[in-house]
Amino acid sequence: MGKYFGKKLIIYIITFFIAVTINWLAPRFIPGDPVTSLLAQYQGPAAGRQMLETRLRTLFGLEGSLIQQYINFWANLLRGDLGRSILQFPREVSEIVKNNIIYDIAVLLPAISLSWIVGNKIGAMAGENEKIDRYIMPLFYGFVSSPYFWFAIIVVFVFAHSLGWFPTARAYGAGVRPAFTLNFIIVFLRHWFLPFFTMFLVGLGQWSIGMRNMVIYEIESNYANYLRSLGARQKLIRNYAFRNGVLPQVTGLAIQLGQIVSGAITVQVVFDYPGLGRLMYQAVQQQDFFVLQGAFLSLILMVLAANFLIDIIYMFIDPRIRLSYSEEE
Amino acid sequence: MAEKVLELKNLQAYYRHLKGDVKAVDGIDLTVNRGEIMGVAGESGCGKSTLAYTLINAPAHLKHMGGEAYLNGKEIMSMSSGEFRKLRLQNISLIPQYALDAFSPTKKIKTHIRDLVRQHGVSPNDEFMEKVKDRLKIVNLDPSVLSRYAMELSGGMKQRVIMTISSVLDPDFLIADEITSALDVTSQRFVANMLVNLRDKEIIGSAIFITHDLAIMYQIASRIMVMYAGHLAEVGPAEEIMHNPKHPYTEALISSLPRVGIQHTDTRLHGIEGTPPDLTEIGPGCRFRFRCSYRTDKCDETPRREQVGERHYTACWNYEQVGSDSNDEQ
Amino acid sequence: MAEEKTGNPEQYTSQGILKTVFSRLKRNENLYLAFTNPKVVFGISLFSAVLLFALLGPYFTEYGINEFAGIGSPASRAAPSGEHPFGLTMQGYDVFTRTVHGLRATILVGFVGGLIASFIGLIIGLIAGYRGGMVDEFLMGLTNVFLTFPQLPILIVVAAYLPYRGIIHMAVLVGLVIWPWTARAVRSQTMSLKNEEHVALSRISANSTPRILIEDIAANMFSYIFMVFILQYMGTIMATVGLEFLGLGPTRGVSLGLVMQHAVQSGALYLGYWWWGILPGLFLMLMIFSLYFLNTGMDEVFNPELREL
Repeated sequence: MGKYFGKKLIIYIITFFIAVTINWLAPRFIPGDPVTSLLAQYQGPAAGRQMLETRLRTLFGLEGSLIQQYINFWANLLRGDLGRSILQFPREVSEIVKNNIIYDIAVLLPAISLSWIVGNKIGAMAGENEKIDRYIMPLFYGFVSSPYFWFAIIVVFVFAHSLGWFPTARAYGAGVRPAFTLNFIIVFLRHWFLPFFTMFLVGLGQWSIGMRNMVIYEIESNYANYLRSLGARQKLIRNYAFRNGVLPQVTGLAIQLGQIVSGAITVQVVFDYPGLGRLMYQAVQQQDFFVLQGAFLSLILMVLAANFLIDIIYMFIDPRIRLSYSEEE
Repeated sequence: MAEKVLELKNLQAYYRHLKGDVKAVDGIDLTVNRGEIMGVAGESGCGKSTLAYTLINAPAHLKHMGGEAYLNGKEIMSMSSGEFRKLRLQNISLIPQYALDAFSPTKKIKTHIRDLVRQHGVSPNDEFMEKVKDRLKIVNLDPSVLSRYAMELSGGMKQRVIMTISSVLDPDFLIADEITSALDVTSQRFVANMLVNLRDKEIIGSAIFITHDLAIMYQIASRIMVMYAGHLAEVGPAEEIMHNPKHPYTEALISSLPRVGIQHTDTRLHGIEGTPPDLTEIGPGCRFRFRCSYRTDKCDETPRREQVGERHYTACWNYEQVGSDSNDEQ
Repeated sequence: MAEEKTGNPEQYTSQGILKTVFSRLKRNENLYLAFTNPKVVFGISLFSAVLLFALLGPYFTEYGINEFAGIGSPASRAAPSGEHPFGLTMQGYDVFTRTVHGLRATILVGFVGGLIASFIGLIIGLIAGYRGGMVDEFLMGLTNVFLTFPQLPILIVVAAYLPYRGIIHMAVLVGLVIWPWTARAVRSQTMSLKNEEHVALSRISANSTPRILIEDIAANMFSYIFMVFILQYMGTIMATVGLEFLGLGPTRGVSLGLVMQHAVQSGALYLGYWWWGILPGLFLMLMIFSLYFLNTGMDEVFNPELREL
């Protein structure tokens, strides 16, 4: 068991290490100096320009030898210091990230878990029932063939513009103050619903298709044949198949997380809904490089944490992991 | 008169394929009495395993095309699937070829057993589980295997667990499909003897034992049926089949058996020349005639079943010549 | 054989030709099954249709991508019409023109990026699967690291610092990030193939490892590699349009994602310009959709247990 986690942890640590290194490398080695491009926007007197440039170089940690720069970079990071926003100076990036990540979790956690659960059920049904397979599956293939943002555009057009059922833009109305009142909760949920719904539908397609293929495979497998030969009803075989088909779906969840989070970035942009994705988008547009890096790192951390959680769950539901790793020790 | 457990009358079952029907079981007649272990022999692709699937769990593309199969006097081919489901495990049961792969990897052995017997209205209470433990002892297994997952068991152990599960509701008729093929020689003998043991203890009423290994079959089978390319070649008491074969194919099979104590300098080990015919859209006639040294013009007609002894039948026009001339000296 | 000499009159009719084609195909069962599988046929037809649309589309428009084609405001004046089948943008650009040109750019990036990703994945998968041991541990560790990475954020960070992005830059960038899928798939195939007799024979004959990998292993999973390439192509396209949509696509010219980004940024959806936001993406969706069908169909052909009977 320790070995199982050890292996996973090493991969996560390396992933994090690479992410930090990319963050460090990007402003230094990709052609095009961020300081120069930021200075291009400055329109004050020349003396101020000189000062600003020194200031920016310090901020980017571009002073001293490369090794020194790299060590400083890590030291700041481990202190929880992600730097300060250039545009909203002197707000700390870590604070901006904290204010945004809540919305990622509020949308993604329910969307992913619900689409996973419902998708698995529908997929298992489609694997057995030809009618469901024939009529619902093409629709789901349509869902997964759509880029997330395009799907979001359709949802906005249909539900926000044409039907006018839901508002979009921001997490709650402009004039509303966050408070623990029924009124606020309703406003919040109305803004929350469409981003959630978009992520849910695409996920639903994805998990149904996966489960359908797993169930077809499992129902043809030898243990299912044996059960059938000995007079088990279809319902029992279905239960066995589902139990085994769910395992790759759990692994799939871990693997797909990166894709889903990627999709969520563009969905937030379409709905103008807060979150790390919209934050990154705005940071790119405004060349607020520290916010961009901070949001990137937080997203990676979020994905890694979720991955680790899934690993723990997986260990509990697949006896093979428990057995094979406990015997070796 | 002996009680007939299974009776097949001109049973036909074909695989439906894009390119046409594969006539894998084509007109088989057979009777198995209570207490008998019927050996079914033949090379791979002769239809012996297909016969097993036809009787208990045909895949979607294997279709029953004609003839009847009676289990305890009841016709099972025309039965509704719901009705036949109830007979499984209680009346007819199977030890499959794929025994090493017959368990769900995420369920314990006892979960498989409990779930299966519940499907037949049997409650897996303490008393029942005690009986299961006793049965496990018969096959030399510790009752603790019940709380294990399949991956914790060795191949031989899995094979014995399967024997226990498949016979747990005392079926009248058990199909043992290539149960020794995946095992080493010592386990083979053990498993084969277990089958006899189950019959002697009257846990199972009778069985068919499908294998391509004639030597092990001869040890445990009371009667033997030899199949060739979907047809019945010969059926009769084990002794007669082995020592007085009346079909050229049986004779060839037996002469291809290696004998202990004889070196190849004395007698060459010989196989049968040629390969079995393609069973897709095959026409009438004896299917062995392309490889047969007794062939005559008559063989272009499908041979009739001839009785050649006490419950001994052969499907060959020239059976009178078989074994009588100098053919085995080649 | 006399028949062949004199020539069979039937062989010149279209029916006769079809007959010969099918009888040839029948000998190669997999190909025959592929071309008679409805999913494969549907997938190939739809994909070709979208491809033709992208190839020929530019010849059916008289406008340039940045050319003013008509007054685009208010929305009622910009709606699809005989003159502008896909309507106009708020700025008066022709959406059809921008769609077909954008589709071309996106398909090109997907194709090159998919090739790069398949190539990297193929090499890593072949080596990891064939060598095993520490090499395998290391390469699979690397693959898992890349698999865990959310692709788009990493692409955003790198692309954000690039002052100039051409189509090839984009393809390389995306290809470098999405190869792990191929690596995993190829590795598992290699592991099952490497123990087969013909590979063992080749090894005994002292053939060099690269030669064994190419001639005995890669050549034997051609159909599989083809399916993997399709998946990588889809992955590249999805990642590319995502980047484009965030304004990080090619710095020059037009791309599908860019067209839709403009629509969203201009608030076009709230003003009723549905054609501007939805039509460009529709063709992309249809293309990916067709490839899903193609892949599922091929899966049925090559894995008989999935076949419908």
